[in-house]
Amino acid sequence: MASTQEIPLQQVDDVVIRFAGDSGDGMQLTGNQFTNTSALLGNDIATFPDYPAEIRAPIGTVFGVSGFQVRFSSNDIHTPGDQPDVLVAMNPAALKVNLCDLKEGGTLIVNTGNFGDRDLAKAHYDSNPLDDADELADKYNFIAIDLNEATLNAVADCGLTNKQALRSKNLLALGMLYYAYSRPLDTTEKWLESKFGKKPEVLEANLKALRAGVMIAENSEFFATQYKVSSAPLAHGTYRNMGGNAALSMGLVAGAKLANLDLFYGSYPITPASDVLHALARYKNYGVTTYQAEDEIAAICSSIGASWAGSLGVTGTSGPGLALKGEALGLSVMVEQPLVVVNVQRAGPSTGMPTKTEQSDLNQAIFGRNGEAPMPIVSCSSPGDCFEAAIEAVRIAVTYMTPVILLSDGYIGNGAEPFLVPDASSLPKIANEFAKEGDTRQPFDRDPETLARPWIKPGTPGLEHRVGGLEKSEGTGNVSYEAENHERMTMLREQKVNGIAKSYKPLEVFGEDSGDILVLGWGSTYGAIRGAVERCHRQGMKVSQVHLRNIWPLPLDLKDVLSKFDKVVIPELNRGQLNRVIRGEYLLDTISISKMQGKPFGGAELFEHFQNILNA
Amino acid sequence: MSPATEYKKKDFVSDQEVRWCPGCGDYAILAGVQQVFASLGVPKENFAVVSGIGCSSRFPYYMNTYGFHTIHGRAPAIASGVKIANPDLDVWIITGDGDALSIGGNHIIHAMRRNLNIKVLLFNNRIYGLTKGQYSPTTVPGKVTASSPYGSLDQPFNPIALALGANASFVARTVDTQPKHLKEVLAAAHAHKGFAFVEILQNCVIFNDGAFEHIVDRKVRDDRQVDLRDGQPMVFGKELDKGVRFAGNSIELCSADEASNWNASEATSADAMRLCQGSETADIPVPIGIFKAIERLVLDEEIHQQVAATTEKLGEGTLESLLNAGETWDID
Repeated sequence: MASTQEIPLQQVDDVVIRFAGDSGDGMQLTGNQFTNTSALLGNDIATFPDYPAEIRAPIGTVFGVSGFQVRFSSNDIHTPGDQPDVLVAMNPAALKVNLCDLKEGGTLIVNTGNFGDRDLAKAHYDSNPLDDADELADKYNFIAIDLNEATLNAVADCGLTNKQALRSKNLLALGMLYYAYSRPLDTTEKWLESKFGKKPEVLEANLKALRAGVMIAENSEFFATQYKVSSAPLAHGTYRNMGGNAALSMGLVAGAKLANLDLFYGSYPITPASDVLHALARYKNYGVTTYQAEDEIAAICSSIGASWAGSLGVTGTSGPGLALKGEALGLSVMVEQPLVVVNVQRAGPSTGMPTKTEQSDLNQAIFGRNGEAPMPIVSCSSPGDCFEAAIEAVRIAVTYMTPVILLSDGYIGNGAEPFLVPDASSLPKIANEFAKEGDTRQPFDRDPETLARPWIKPGTPGLEHRVGGLEKSEGTGNVSYEAENHERMTMLREQKVNGIAKSYKPLEVFGEDSGDILVLGWGSTYGAIRGAVERCHRQGMKVSQVHLRNIWPLPLDLKDVLSKFDKVVIPELNRGQLNRVIRGEYLLDTISISKMQGKPFGGAELFEHFQNILNA
Repeated sequence: MSPATEYKKKDFVSDQEVRWCPGCGDYAILAGVQQVFASLGVPKENFAVVSGIGCSSRFPYYMNTYGFHTIHGRAPAIASGVKIANPDLDVWIITGDGDALSIGGNHIIHAMRRNLNIKVLLFNNRIYGLTKGQYSPTTVPGKVTASSPYGSLDQPFNPIALALGANASFVARTVDTQPKHLKEVLAAAHAHKGFAFVEILQNCVIFNDGAFEHIVDRKVRDDRQVDLRDGQPMVFGKELDKGVRFAGNSIELCSADEASNWNASEATSADAMRLCQGSETADIPVPIGIFKAIERLVLDEEIHQQVAATTEKLGEGTLESLLNAGETWDID
């Protein structure tokens, strides 16, 4: 490509781009392509898709805006970033929703082709916000371009209708950004070929639009500088770009393999957990059976049945679905069988905001059952971490013959990051042995170490017995209403679950082992807390971080770790649910930071909180 | 495997004391099931008896097989997971009119739609027994119960019509006090490949005594029941001298040699629907026996065939292939 001008190439460390447009504008696809290309260049990446619940909301409306934020960096990063450096707004609604987040001095690319009177009216603009072009240009590197016209010109000879041709405009925008950030086209070109190989005219149009974007960026004065973001100092090894729900699914399959079990996944579609069902449905050749049940209750019940029959039963859902599963969770506690219950949390209560993230199901996970029904809880702290967390959940379920709740959320479930592929042989096996014919143990005899009962599956000769939701007699498992037996069994179930804490790895403290503030977190807040704590360290503040993998039972060393700090601060995307648990367990005067906006914490936001708490 | 052919009824009797009310119809059903299980040639350890909640759902405790007494209404969902996870198991669901048709209504219709190879015995006594006598989804309108002191206003389900409508591949009705018929129907249900739905008319001596007396009492039953046998004429009476025949859209009485032949494999179930919804007190006798028995795709088989075909095509997945799938890149 002939360059008409020489523009400087500048090295930058860290860039955040947000693509925003209509649900049908292909913003998720565009963001994913930018992500994959950047990952292959060796950048550390983190992504945050933010899409509406409506599949195709009315075109041009504010509630139909779909966004995808990608952060790529030559540093080790932990979040998709707070404020974008670049905002691509495909229509007035996207501009209206997202402009407030754009960093001052950042780049604003607006598709002027969609700024007609009707578009403006749909976004409830009284006047055209682009009329104040000077004001925008003062504040941002403002690039106004009619992407519609540019796309129609670029693909004019592909034999498509205008409507079809305009579908490629997202790729034209992508091409512009590939140029601005010195990204190669080949990853996206290859992907387009595999996706549209059977529709040559569509493939050609997409390729032309992508390349036209590069040409336009190169031959215009839109970008005063071209940027380069070098690869990040990631650990050596093989990487994959990994979304949270995909990593979680993979972890479940790996966990089942490590325990030498077939996996049965009973589920009912629910946002944002459905992708786990979709992913597992493709793993049939890994000993995985998926069962799309008639409702949430049948989903967990089928999984309980599968576990009884000797498979690893797993069910997945989001908050409202977990509420429906409550009674069956109790059954699972009572019959003491392995079961993993995935909850990809979303904003509640009730239907709440299905596509928005929250951590507000912790109370439900710990307490949401009738009777004394203790259940271990494992949580995922980043998209890639979902893999290990899922294996941990399987380990606990199988080792202790217990249901386990695995908490993820929409933010990490839909987010993605580079994932260092572990060596298969490095993953520890999960010991599991079914009772065999001639076994003299009774159905509810217990292992002296774990207090787990034997796993006796139907089909084993000579070991016929009955299980069920009625209280059972210690040892035999026969129905018992005997007063002291019920208390003893209650305590045994509790002791079994509490004993799981003995198998945890020691807590890791990021920062000094003592100091002014210990930030205690769980789940998807990990990245934002880590970023904020790193910033505290740079400023010499005595702030450390502990992030919980196992939330219930709490780690045995936690009390000791917390006691070495003046203040314990617990940021959560809820009204302080872990905070209340920590206060209740340890009688500590902890400080809750709460956010209920359907959005993750930003690093800067948390840093400010920590600063204020220190100065208080 | 155990010597499957040498079982006796007592091999299926558990060590647990049976705790149904004296005179309950469930005793006769339990004895019948134990006899039938002993005769099926299935290794004892392969029976999995799954129940929900209610008087009938205590059943698994009294069977010396693998048993799972689950939660209210959910037995079909749990049994579906059991059958899919291990298709070698002989899975039987024991349920009642409240458990299956009220709280578990959703699960039972979907189980019938899916056609897993599972057998369901629905003990219909038209009352809630374990909760002490409230009207159930099969209670006759007007019935005075604990929760309907001025008479029940609810219109009932007809369990057979519901099963036919949900496309169960095997639908039958039998009676607690008619052991020969009960055992024949259970054996036929077992022989059927697919989902078998069996309604058992069962007497609750405490809360709904005599609910089916007008059909099952020894003095009247020969004249009040017609036993549907596939391919055979619909005849009844002590001497089997009376018949039932289809005439256009209606059903009428006739002599035995004019009786219509019963066809249980008729695909639309139109005749079965018409028969099962007749009045219990009109001249036409109440049908028992096998309303429907057709072959169609069995879900647990289909699932395992798809797994096998996919594994054949993609190769057996290993931890290594799992971890290294998709696009990867190396950082040195």
